[in-house]
Amino acid sequence: MSTKKLVATAAVSATALILSACGGGGPSAGGGDFTDDKVVLAVLNDQSGVYKDLSGPNSVEAVKMAVAYYQEKYGDDAVVDDIEVVSADHQNKPDIANTKAQELYDREKADIILDVPTSSAALAVATQAKEKKKLFVDIGAGTTELTNAQCNKYTFHWAYDTYQLANTTGTAITDAGDKNWEIIYPDYAFGQDMDKSFTEAIEKAGGTVGDHIATPFPNDNFTTFLTKAAADKPDVIGTMQAGGDLINLVKQFNEGGYAQEGIDLAVGLMFITDIHSLGVEAFQGVQFAEAWYWNFDDDNRAWADKFMDRTGTRPSFAHAANYSAALQYLEAVQAEGTDDADTIVGSLEGKKINDVFLKNGEVRAEDHRVIHDVYLAQVKTPDEVSEDWDYENILATIPAADAFMPLDQSTCEMG
Amino acid sequence: MNEILQYTVQGLAAGSFYALAALGLAVIFGVLGVVNFAHGACYMLGAVTSAVLLDLVGLNFWLALLVVPVLMFVFGVLLERLLVRHLIALDPLYNFLLTFGLSLLLVDLVKRRYGVSGLPYTRPEILSGVIDVGGVRLPTYQVFVFLFSLLVCALVWLVMTRTRVGMIVRASTEKADLTRALGVDVNRWVTPVFGFGIALAGLAGVLAAPFRAITADMGSSFIIILFAVVVIGGLGSIVGAVVAGFLVGLVEAFGQAYAPTLSQIVIFVLMAVVILIRPSGLFGREENA
Repeated sequence: MSTKKLVATAAVSATALILSACGGGGPSAGGGDFTDDKVVLAVLNDQSGVYKDLSGPNSVEAVKMAVAYYQEKYGDDAVVDDIEVVSADHQNKPDIANTKAQELYDREKADIILDVPTSSAALAVATQAKEKKKLFVDIGAGTTELTNAQCNKYTFHWAYDTYQLANTTGTAITDAGDKNWEIIYPDYAFGQDMDKSFTEAIEKAGGTVGDHIATPFPNDNFTTFLTKAAADKPDVIGTMQAGGDLINLVKQFNEGGYAQEGIDLAVGLMFITDIHSLGVEAFQGVQFAEAWYWNFDDDNRAWADKFMDRTGTRPSFAHAANYSAALQYLEAVQAEGTDDADTIVGSLEGKKINDVFLKNGEVRAEDHRVIHDVYLAQVKTPDEVSEDWDYENILATIPAADAFMPLDQSTCEMG
Repeated sequence: MNEILQYTVQGLAAGSFYALAALGLAVIFGVLGVVNFAHGACYMLGAVTSAVLLDLVGLNFWLALLVVPVLMFVFGVLLERLLVRHLIALDPLYNFLLTFGLSLLLVDLVKRRYGVSGLPYTRPEILSGVIDVGGVRLPTYQVFVFLFSLLVCALVWLVMTRTRVGMIVRASTEKADLTRALGVDVNRWVTPVFGFGIALAGLAGVLAAPFRAITADMGSSFIIILFAVVVIGGLGSIVGAVVAGFLVGLVEAFGQAYAPTLSQIVIFVLMAVVILIRPSGLFGREENA
């Protein structure tokens, strides 16, 4: 390296050092105790892959809506003026999620990371949250590990999990008479966890599971997997696939004529965006667990209208849950007057919340599972649909206390 | 025994679809020497165009089978005229990079316009239901895909081996200089052949629309399987693509049935074994090895 270059590099490094030192700490304009004089909310999710539509960029919009609501509500009384929303794409890969989470916490100065679909990616981010002592609220991922063996003080699980899905769909369908199941699941953390949770729920309800068929992920040809599952003549085939894989499987299930043979299809996890993409005709009558539905009541609909104005589409439960988590975080910041992670954790723990997403919600202090009422939904028939996105009949409400894993079963040891 | 028969039939049905989809890739390589990495994206465009035209103007499946390949042919001709042609004289790597870049661009454009969840598509009523032959059950639609793909593959093979056009095209690829010396304008045939290859990819997309998720990414993993097919069959060989398509379909079906989690890997194990034994593929020419 030439002397000139060396001097230039040294000068740039020195300036960077001084600048970063200036940015670290100091009281905020609002008078509270805020690192960097601002609050940074980061949305880390799939911005381009199979989970883009169900969450993705529109979750970032939902978080921005929460910030706008907070600023409007508190106006000059807000404890912090500068609130930033940043986002990153983890491409559903745990290694990328791990790096991005570090970048968001360290470089972008994120105080909280939200969303993170894909269980393996979510677990990587939870580990980072624990190490960096910064908040992480998971919405998009389903694994119960986040609030069990791998739980930690800084990680919260807001919307749903595999236990809740199984104890909504698995239980209801078995109770209704479909006793013999076959399960087809994608062979990664989420699918394996779903298979386990569904099997337990089905057996508890008096049903049995024949084959557990693992499939590669992602995958677009499920023909032989379906033949294999149908060979034992089960009452119902439960699919744990999601996104594009789910659509492939449903198309091939319908094509295979299994419904005419009397075999039902139960879907472990479904988002309204999936129904929208394939159309109600293909899914009609399918029952599934729903954490939130935009057309459930006037409150939900009013929020969904605002969301539609900004995005041109109706929200999935993940969008609403991102809004809720961001809003409750900001409420905690407002109440405590700081963005200090330990203080915010203390403020959230045990809190009972009712907002547009959480009905009878409670942030369980023991394992950081956020419990709330969830629903058993059924896809409408084409003639029941009265407007675009109006796809679901809510069959039953499962109260918060029954829907999620009871504390005595949790293996969480909060360190 | 019945089970094995069932998986065999299913594998052949999937195989015919792979054969048809890989055919265009083989034709383009055979004639132009271009490894068309955008083939998967063109397959996706075929499916997306069918779904969009169904939604916009009510174009049904049968008409889509005619209209979409024609549109894709025009698209292929434009691609060849505007881009591919200028790089043919250079190292094949340039066209590989070009088509790779093109596929990224096409996927992203579709994603921006239509999102990732996919588009709905209605299967024609007549192709619904299941055909049951002695305990072996096959969805009517799969039977249709099987017969249709076989027919197209046979037609392509006949045109290439039995017609004057086919002979000129093959001669151009074997000995371009000699063919030129005989007074044949070789360059005249390059553009339509490329367009034809793209049209075949689009046709496979139309066939896929009723039974696969129509998403921007649908070609991304598919192209990998297609490359496995043409490598196993021998790059540029039409018969090779067809035979390998069936082989891959069978291997995948039995993989799914007996080693579910390995079902995608077995295809590449097959490819590795074939390359070890015959580096140029089952029906490949030595110089393409």
